[in-house]
Amino acid sequence: MRDFKRISVRRMTKRFGEKTAVDDFSIEFGKEEFVTFLGPSGCGKSTALNCITGLIPITSGEIYIDDECIDDAKTSVSPEKREFGMVFQNYALFPHLSVKENIAFGLRLRKLSKSEIERRVSDALRLVHLEGYGSKFPAQMSGGEQQRVAIARCIVLEPRLLLLDEPLSNLDAKLRVELRYELKALHKRLKLTTIYVTHDQTEALALSDRIVVLKLGKIQQIGSPQTIFSDPANPFVADFVGYKNAWKGKIESLKESGEALAASVRTDGALIEARLNYPKDDPRRAPIVAAFKAGASVTTAIRPEDIVVGAVPGSNTFRCVADLVEYQGHANSVSACIKGCEEARVDMHSVSDVSFGEAFEASVDPGKVLLFAGEEVTP
Amino acid sequence: MRGSPKRGALLLLIPAIVFILLLFLYPFGYGLFTSLTNADGSFTLANYIRFFHDARDLRTIGVTLGIAVPVTLLAVGLAVPLSYHMRRGVPGEKLITFFLIVPVTLGTVLVSEGMLSFMGPNGWLNQLIMALGLSSKPIQFTHNYAGVAISVGLQGFPYAFLMLLGYVSGINPDLEKASQMLGATKWQTFWKVLFPLMVPGIAIAFCLNFVMAFSVYPSAVLLGQPSGPQRVMALAAYQWAFEKFNFNAASAISMLMAAIELCVIIVVLAWRSKMYKGASIVGKG
Repeated sequence: MRDFKRISVRRMTKRFGEKTAVDDFSIEFGKEEFVTFLGPSGCGKSTALNCITGLIPITSGEIYIDDECIDDAKTSVSPEKREFGMVFQNYALFPHLSVKENIAFGLRLRKLSKSEIERRVSDALRLVHLEGYGSKFPAQMSGGEQQRVAIARCIVLEPRLLLLDEPLSNLDAKLRVELRYELKALHKRLKLTTIYVTHDQTEALALSDRIVVLKLGKIQQIGSPQTIFSDPANPFVADFVGYKNAWKGKIESLKESGEALAASVRTDGALIEARLNYPKDDPRRAPIVAAFKAGASVTTAIRPEDIVVGAVPGSNTFRCVADLVEYQGHANSVSACIKGCEEARVDMHSVSDVSFGEAFEASVDPGKVLLFAGEEVTP
Repeated sequence: MRGSPKRGALLLLIPAIVFILLLFLYPFGYGLFTSLTNADGSFTLANYIRFFHDARDLRTIGVTLGIAVPVTLLAVGLAVPLSYHMRRGVPGEKLITFFLIVPVTLGTVLVSEGMLSFMGPNGWLNQLIMALGLSSKPIQFTHNYAGVAISVGLQGFPYAFLMLLGYVSGINPDLEKASQMLGATKWQTFWKVLFPLMVPGIAIAFCLNFVMAFSVYPSAVLLGQPSGPQRVMALAAYQWAFEKFNFNAASAISMLMAAIELCVIIVVLAWRSKMYKGASIVGKG
């Protein structure tokens, strides 16, 4: 493998006719980094991945490996010369070739010696725990096994960049978790620079060093899993990482309370207090104070699991009526209507004894409420 | 999916079985019987022995193979790259497909008649060739080998093409991407991935085309020299049956045609199973 320090994607854009699938996409990947493109279907994450491989030509922008330009929309290094490896959602194994021949495919093209190919194929098979499967054909294997072969087929070539396009999406829930662990272990061991595409926030959080959240081809936020999860940049990201309750409202007041800012927000159904922890020396504090003046439109975001049943002193408490109760094993998931209000709904998890149609009180700690400027409501 | 079907479901096979018995097995069995008997109805191999001792009849095998094999190879050989290039659809695909289907729908006789005037010594094609200065005198396209070959090819090619187009456009496009990402050029991807996956389709297209070409009759009569160089097996069988009224000899020739076709099909299918192992293996994906 040719060594490198970083891969830079600069202002990459892809248009299909009028539609912009990838819009002004810039990111830098460090060597050995595991980066995930996260977003709903149609957000352009797979297109972005295919553009980086060169399989889809880009409309504008540049891609660099260190100082070597591999794509600037006019001239581009063809995919087979980029030394990238790709794993597909549907495995894309060659059905006419045995497992061994599939894995040896790229090695044969590189004209390596028979013994070298033999050695590297059996190493790769061991790495994905498929010793003894070499002479099987893809159609004789389960989905999980096939995807392991596909991974082995890539890593045997020691690619400069490994790209995985929803590799676990075709597998059942149990296998998905197993293979996720294996991917993580493989990355720890081989330290291949990896881009992973998924719509599943759990996979993204579990695997990534950094997550790129995408919406309609535009980057919404780039950050560590912790940042994305607890400090989403906008209501879209918040919704995507589980802040299912998004209510429009207007700021009634914004007060300083020690190191934090205390905001009161009047929504359709309730008065919500939010405590925003921005210490005095935090550079983000001043813009927040400016944006959240009294009367400003805001969106509140609350996680279902942060809402508890019953009135808790010092918390936001609202009366609701349960209108949908889903049993989920360890607890119920309840969708409720805030009393006297048709619009605002509450989703909560881990609620044990609420039944359909029942009125009850629910509370949420002000510290668990996120506030976003503007009235943008998540789709 | 392979459970034991309910008894009632087997009854559904009856129409198909009756159909096969009446329209295939009975005529075939009757033909075989006729070829192995003489006019009195007693058993004999004379019909076959006669064929192999009659030089004029024996050479029909070579004549027919000489038309069927090259024409089929050419038709399938052209269909492979064309269907490959059209696998993701091309502009005007419907129009191209339409013009390919037309000769099939018109029937052999009409196409042959058309070729006689279009490609004849005073036809448009030769006038065009001479006007362009490509040749000073008319090129003979009819009443010779070329005429028969072109006509048979025109009839067979659409089948091969449409069949292969269905085959190659059904191949998962991610396989090509995967191959490319593993370092293969377009050419390598074609030969190492797409072509092997097309082999079953190529084999079937070849067999169908070959059988059609091998039983060539109207093209040979209308566009060839049926008394001499293009006297094909089907024509020989016809002459024995309806000019000499020897149905036993004619049946023997028909049986030999079937045997030769079968041999070629066996060779093609053997090639297919050598090239493509995956097809015989089923299992869950």
